[in-house]
Amino acid sequence: MTTKLFGEPVRRREDPRLLTGRGRYLDDLGRDALAAAFVRSPHAHAVIRDIDVSAALDVDGLVAIYTWEDLPDRLAEPLPLLIPHPALTHGRTAYPLARDRVRHVGEPVVMVVARDRYVAEDACALIRVDYELLKPVVGVEEAAQSAQLVHDDVPGNVGAHMVQEVPSAGGLDVREVIEDAPHTLAFRLDIERSASTPLEGRGVYARWDADDSSLRVYSSTQTSTSVRMAVAAKLGLPLPKVEVIAPDVGGGFGVKIVHPWPEEVLLPWAAMLLDREVKWTEDRREHFVSSAHERAQVQFVRVGFDDDGRVLGLEVSILHDHGAYTPYGIIVPIITSTQLPGPYKIGSYRVEFSSVYTNTVQVTPYRGAGRPQAVFCMERTMDRIADHLGLDRTAVRAVNFIQPEEFPYDQGLIFQDGRPLIYDSGDYPESLRMLKELIGWDSFPAEKERAAAEGRRIGIGIGCYVEGTGVGPYEGGHVQVTSDGRVHVSTGLTSQGQGHETAFAQIAAAELGVPLERVSVVTGDTRRFGYAVGTFASRAAVMSGNAIALACRKVREKALRIAADALEADPRDLEITDGMVHVAGTPGAAIPLATVAVLSNPLRYAFDEEAARATQFAGASSFDKPPVPEGDEPGLEGRDYYSPIRSTFASGMHAAIVETDPLTAEIRILRYAVVHDCGNLINPMIVEGQIHGGVAQGVGGALYERMVYDGHGQLLNASFMDFLMPYATEVPHVETAHLQTPSPLNPLGIKGAGEAGVIPVSAVIASAVEDAEGIAIDKMPISPSELFDLRRAAS
Amino acid sequence: MKPPPFDYHAPRSVAEALDVLAAEGERAKVLAGGQSLIPLLNMRLAAPGHLVDINRLTELAGVEAEPDGVRIGALARHAEVERSEPAAAAQPLLRQALRLVAHPVVRNRGTVVGSLVHADPAAELPAVLTLLGGSVRLARRGGPGTPAAGVSVSPEVPAGGSLTVRDVPAGDFFTGPLESAAGPGELAVSAFFPALPPRSGTAFREVARRHGDYALAGVAALVVLDDDLRITSAAVACVSAGPVPLLVEVTGECGHRPPASAGWAGAARAVQDRAEPEDDIHATAGYRRHLVGVLAERALRDAAREALNG
Repeated sequence: MTTKLFGEPVRRREDPRLLTGRGRYLDDLGRDALAAAFVRSPHAHAVIRDIDVSAALDVDGLVAIYTWEDLPDRLAEPLPLLIPHPALTHGRTAYPLARDRVRHVGEPVVMVVARDRYVAEDACALIRVDYELLKPVVGVEEAAQSAQLVHDDVPGNVGAHMVQEVPSAGGLDVREVIEDAPHTLAFRLDIERSASTPLEGRGVYARWDADDSSLRVYSSTQTSTSVRMAVAAKLGLPLPKVEVIAPDVGGGFGVKIVHPWPEEVLLPWAAMLLDREVKWTEDRREHFVSSAHERAQVQFVRVGFDDDGRVLGLEVSILHDHGAYTPYGIIVPIITSTQLPGPYKIGSYRVEFSSVYTNTVQVTPYRGAGRPQAVFCMERTMDRIADHLGLDRTAVRAVNFIQPEEFPYDQGLIFQDGRPLIYDSGDYPESLRMLKELIGWDSFPAEKERAAAEGRRIGIGIGCYVEGTGVGPYEGGHVQVTSDGRVHVSTGLTSQGQGHETAFAQIAAAELGVPLERVSVVTGDTRRFGYAVGTFASRAAVMSGNAIALACRKVREKALRIAADALEADPRDLEITDGMVHVAGTPGAAIPLATVAVLSNPLRYAFDEEAARATQFAGASSFDKPPVPEGDEPGLEGRDYYSPIRSTFASGMHAAIVETDPLTAEIRILRYAVVHDCGNLINPMIVEGQIHGGVAQGVGGALYERMVYDGHGQLLNASFMDFLMPYATEVPHVETAHLQTPSPLNPLGIKGAGEAGVIPVSAVIASAVEDAEGIAIDKMPISPSELFDLRRAAS
Repeated sequence: MKPPPFDYHAPRSVAEALDVLAAEGERAKVLAGGQSLIPLLNMRLAAPGHLVDINRLTELAGVEAEPDGVRIGALARHAEVERSEPAAAAQPLLRQALRLVAHPVVRNRGTVVGSLVHADPAAELPAVLTLLGGSVRLARRGGPGTPAAGVSVSPEVPAGGSLTVRDVPAGDFFTGPLESAAGPGELAVSAFFPALPPRSGTAFREVARRHGDYALAGVAALVVLDDDLRITSAAVACVSAGPVPLLVEVTGECGHRPPASAGWAGAARAVQDRAEPEDDIHATAGYRRHLVGVLAERALRDAAREALNG
């Protein structure tokens, strides 16, 4: 009997542990460790003239105080610029502790180590930093126009400038096409800042073993392997002497892919210096002002189209707010500019962005990573075209869709992985058909009329997207079957709650023909797997999922070979079901996988009955060849890697019905529908969970969340009281339908799903509010107060 | 986000609590539910030298519904008052308002009296106390050695030692944003919410950004009818409309008419005119003022409907 596991809605195996308080998050570790706390800049832009720590020295329980001047060699250098790009001509990163200048509120200036966090914060409060205030640069347009510089050596505050252009089929450039188009529109769009805001902030716990000269670091990170390399490099330690482990991580959503954070190198350094365990757990205010934000862009759009709404030429110019530093390069604006065409055949396309520095928290990818902005731009454009021509909004989209027979479809752009942006598969017309049916698009006008008769305002909106997922360069998987029949799977990338313990186990169990209960999965532990990139860009299932499948296939092949010897059968006649290798159609001719594991490892010493079967007098091996034949290895295990030729492109379409209160201008989402295509589904329940979570974050970005900076560069809402992350009460029920167009690029035919839910939400809600109100919505998020003002302005 | 150092006191009796408060004066802060104080401490926005934790003073946990009103002890949690049937029967506005106070987890811990003493003009309970004309009972050591005239010493205030007890009417209790009449050394031992008169109704309407957030604007209304079911009295109290809860009497605007033909719109305009909302990061003052009008009309209509149904 074979249990079908791949594609089944298996319940998440990690949930009982995580939901009953048995998770091991960073702050659950190192109870006896010393605590670190930081003095952070209260000013957005200032020169540090002096740091006076004398008043703090008398605090009982103080262990050490460090400033930039204390940092040795490579720690005193700026942190790495992780993803260089030729267009990023003026990339800048921060020092682990500010050297002589602070460029945003929250930048770390002094590290204090003390007996506990209370004492450490008491000492921080007594440290006096003498600042000479400089004029802060706040807001992307001010940055582009101001004479004030965030970095003295970055003229115009422009870190990067990049243009990509795809001319028309006839070779005309975009501007010519738009000039000649039957219809043209030009408008501006704005998107505010938001942030990942995982419920667990960042955190680092470092243990130095002086006798062994080795370092173990726990970090709440999305990439333990890369943190390990960064720590080893910064501290000058041999790589084998450094272990980095991501314990249970309470959400990442992108912010924890940035590394090494100042704390990730400072804590290990302090642990070595002090020969004591040291821990730092980020608090919520620190997370708001000292980690990373995303989203803020101003977009200038010009579009030319024909009478059917077909886009002949699209020109987009983007001002991207990069905050104070660019540790993650220009990945976010690259994604915005390349994912902007979405599911459409744009006749000709030119996109240009300027990435500018401001005296605010740095900008790095947050779930969606530039795509929500891209989709907002493209879908607002589609709605405006429909409005201009008096056409149905879905009709305009349909006339522009890439057709199913046109795959692979080359958009003519270079994507965030440095490779051509070629869509591998999809069926956009079918997605739209399913979505219209799910939400009841065609019957909505009648519904709207009925509501209006009752004095209610409702509106419907739509948004479509294509998402490049599963970016390289690679991930690996290791699979080992031990002599007790258990299957141990490990992969280097990390987990932040995605359900990897379940999904990866489903893949391994299906590939090896073993019960799910026998499979265990370890992620993000460099002791188990040293080569990895990390968990971001909707890549874990595609990358590690396929690597694990490939590793399992190696193990299976070896198992069949050993079993064939033992059963005196042809390996091609063998199957593995429920952990037994057996000859197909011959009951009784079978050998447990556990025994195959024993036989795979020729032994001299027997330490149990099973092991005795593999010892040298047990007659397990032939005299004609060595116990471990040439080219073979002991053990029933396999390791393999998956490295894709390029990204695989998932897609989806969302629709929402909203109601706006005619008097209070409150906006309520009545229905939210999602059609989603991520190729073959490993576990539909997990995919739906990902979509629900993504939509929740999207609703936050559309209606609630923003980073409110004042003119001084102070973040006015750096707490969950004023940063309005939606509660369960604000998130609508999400109705989903799945379309599966398998990816031809990977063995499992899967595409990523992690970011999908968040991507089109702002576009969809804007579309729906616009439909309800009859007022153009070109800024998101939108609050009741802003809708009230728009109504006033329109009347 | 760890508090600065403080001395922690956990008195076992009201007398002991009053002694500590008397000794430490302005340096002491009373800890009850902690739903506002603890965040202030952790953000180092407050640094009292002494915390007087009254959570062991179970004699202050009572919720007593009497014919003339509901007396709520200093340790009664929002959730207890919200769920109290006698309290809801005597004064339904308590439950109507408490359902709008934050979330169940906060209400399980936070106290009604603590919310009053915190005197946040954005909070619901100060508006309720103001609308109903309730009072807060304050006790302290010293003074004349006898209770203030006209105030009986209730069981929650211990005999022994000289003490002063005073009942401060809501109109005098809220003196500014986060400022109340409770002085150094004083402990708010209880609050009194008058009962709902016959043929009257209440309602609380608000608009918040998220469920349970402090309201952008909120209006509590009380409408009283006469035997002919005409309006004899109508008033509202608004949250987030000024430095203290804003009480607006609108009987005249409503007119001595049945609710169906009352001058609700005029009443709403009157309330709107009196409101002094401010801009903040969530909404403009103009929008808030607009909301006050909309909500006043809705709350008054709801209250009148309750009065008719009651």
